[in-house]
Amino acid sequence: MNAPVYNFAYLDEQTKRMIRRAILKAIAIPGYQVPFASREMPMPYGWGTGGVQVTAAILGPADVLKVIDQGSDDTTNAISIRKFFARTAGVATTTATADATVIQTRHRIPEAPLHGGQVLVYQVPIPEPLRFLEPRETETRRMHALGEYGLMHVKLYEDIARFGHIATSYAYPVKVNARYVMDPSPTPKFDNPKMDNCPALQLFGAGREKRIYAIPPYTSVVSLDFEDHPFTRYRFDAPCALCGADDSYLDEIVTDDQGSRMFVCSDTDYCENRQAQGHRGSESAAPHKERPHG
Amino acid sequence: MYVAVKGGERAIENAHRLLAHERRGDCDVPELSLAQISGQLSLGVDRIMTEGSLYDRELAALALKQARGDMIEAIFLIRAFRATLPRFGATEPVDTGQMRVRRRISSTFKDIPGGQILGPTFDYTHRLLDPRLAEGSEPEAPATAEASAATMPRVTDILGRDGLIEPSPQVDADSAVGDLTREPLSFPADRDLRLQNLARADEGFLLALGYSTQRGYGRSHPFAGEIRLGEVEVEFMAEDVGFAVPLGAVTLTECQMVNQFKGSATEAPCFTRGYGLAFGQSERKTMSMALVDRSLRARELGEEIIAPAQDEEFVMSHSDNVQATGFVEHLKLPHYVDFQSELGLLRKLRKEFSEAATDTAAPMQEAAE
Repeated sequence: MNAPVYNFAYLDEQTKRMIRRAILKAIAIPGYQVPFASREMPMPYGWGTGGVQVTAAILGPADVLKVIDQGSDDTTNAISIRKFFARTAGVATTTATADATVIQTRHRIPEAPLHGGQVLVYQVPIPEPLRFLEPRETETRRMHALGEYGLMHVKLYEDIARFGHIATSYAYPVKVNARYVMDPSPTPKFDNPKMDNCPALQLFGAGREKRIYAIPPYTSVVSLDFEDHPFTRYRFDAPCALCGADDSYLDEIVTDDQGSRMFVCSDTDYCENRQAQGHRGSESAAPHKERPHG
Repeated sequence: MYVAVKGGERAIENAHRLLAHERRGDCDVPELSLAQISGQLSLGVDRIMTEGSLYDRELAALALKQARGDMIEAIFLIRAFRATLPRFGATEPVDTGQMRVRRRISSTFKDIPGGQILGPTFDYTHRLLDPRLAEGSEPEAPATAEASAATMPRVTDILGRDGLIEPSPQVDADSAVGDLTREPLSFPADRDLRLQNLARADEGFLLALGYSTQRGYGRSHPFAGEIRLGEVEVEFMAEDVGFAVPLGAVTLTECQMVNQFKGSATEAPCFTRGYGLAFGQSERKTMSMALVDRSLRARELGEEIIAPAQDEEFVMSHSDNVQATGFVEHLKLPHYVDFQSELGLLRKLRKEFSEAATDTAAPMQEAAE
């Protein structure tokens, strides 16, 4: 039988070079979607294959990897991807945002500010911000080339006309480096301002759609809005029930069938750090930790 | 009290252990061998090789066993393995005219040089469940005859000699063949990439699209010019030795559809082609593929694009079942931060709606009074 043998970080070196070339081009043209020959990965499309390929292409033996999903290090898919790289690349992993050199994320940007030298790798399902306005790739590529973004503004305007607000609460479109309209991946719009002028390199990988794009460090990222309807962040108006933070994005936890709710930080590392520093919330108890097993 | 809502490492490990247990089934029943799967579920193995784009019966059988019989999961396993394999180059084009034919039929001519050969087919069987198979029984030995020395020219070649069908497009032998697994796809796509996409495409998706053209959504008046099944030699041009080296034989099914003719002021009318090719015995797949290939040539042949099967962006972007199943099933992954964001917006909109309703309610009552 043809027994498989795998390279460092799974992908073969030729494939990594191809992905790195796409990444370099993406960095050179901030916000532009670079097509790349995405490979079939050993996890399903839609489950982070783009982010995994970008991470595999940039990872070196000295890197320290953090993987989050929904802001948390212990969601099942984050664990699965972290274990994949621990096994195939043997790199050190961490849950501490500050200690990581590469952070792969799905749906969130960590609360702790990122620093220079870090790379944030986003998993992207649909890279094209105009896709739901125009399903054809041939058309949307032309619209980007011409900087023809009127359709997007009309959509946002129609939201205001219908609901009184821009009714996009995640994957909120941004303009990068005053040129390309870009999909920030389905992060809640709360996270959008963190992308602007960020010291870390931000890379976006869409495996199924075969696109890579990037925001180089210290690049302007502006959420689309109108003068009389400026962009606003959304955050449930309460402190975290565990750490008392009033500036973090919160998960809503349904605690019984009587309508009781509690709100806790979605970024588990941020929340645990604050608790370790002595911050307390209304429901403070031991934060959930993975039970040790052997 | 806030209890665990997020998944854990241990949960994943336990789930996989349980999966392995369920896959094995009742341990008092003997385990399936790969030879059994490859030999007795051979059409399933053929499909996995075709859509997985890897000609290896043993690995395809292993994938089917590991996937508990789930075809798309098995195809996915093969694809993920294939992606890691080194590429030495492309083989010489296979010559299906030289196929060692085991089955060959044409619906356009009653008799053809080399004859019609039914071969192993479900066609003309009565679909009655056979209880003898449940018992396990030895089938009768197949009937045999002297092998015919007659050549079996392709039906489309016979038509082509009289110019009744458009010639197959000839490609410069030195030009590289497109490979959408190595280069990102862009539109409009050439026919080599379209055919590669269709060869890897989900059989059910192509079946439905091909069927839709028969029901009027982009009609193409097809005839099954020829369907042939058999073995062909695969040769690889080895630069070191300077000639093509045989690598072995593969089983292929080929379908050539003969479709409605076209012509113009400068060109005499002739039939047009739709082409299907797959590993193993995959007739439904190759016939559907040929129908969709012909439909996707609408742009090239100057036909109006009005139906889904003619729309190459639509067809090629949605034909891959590994991509499709991944993205559909990713909805199982947590989406709580986005959902929370939507909840926040919806609550705000509902609050504003009810406030507006109370504001307008009073004057309306007055009007009614």
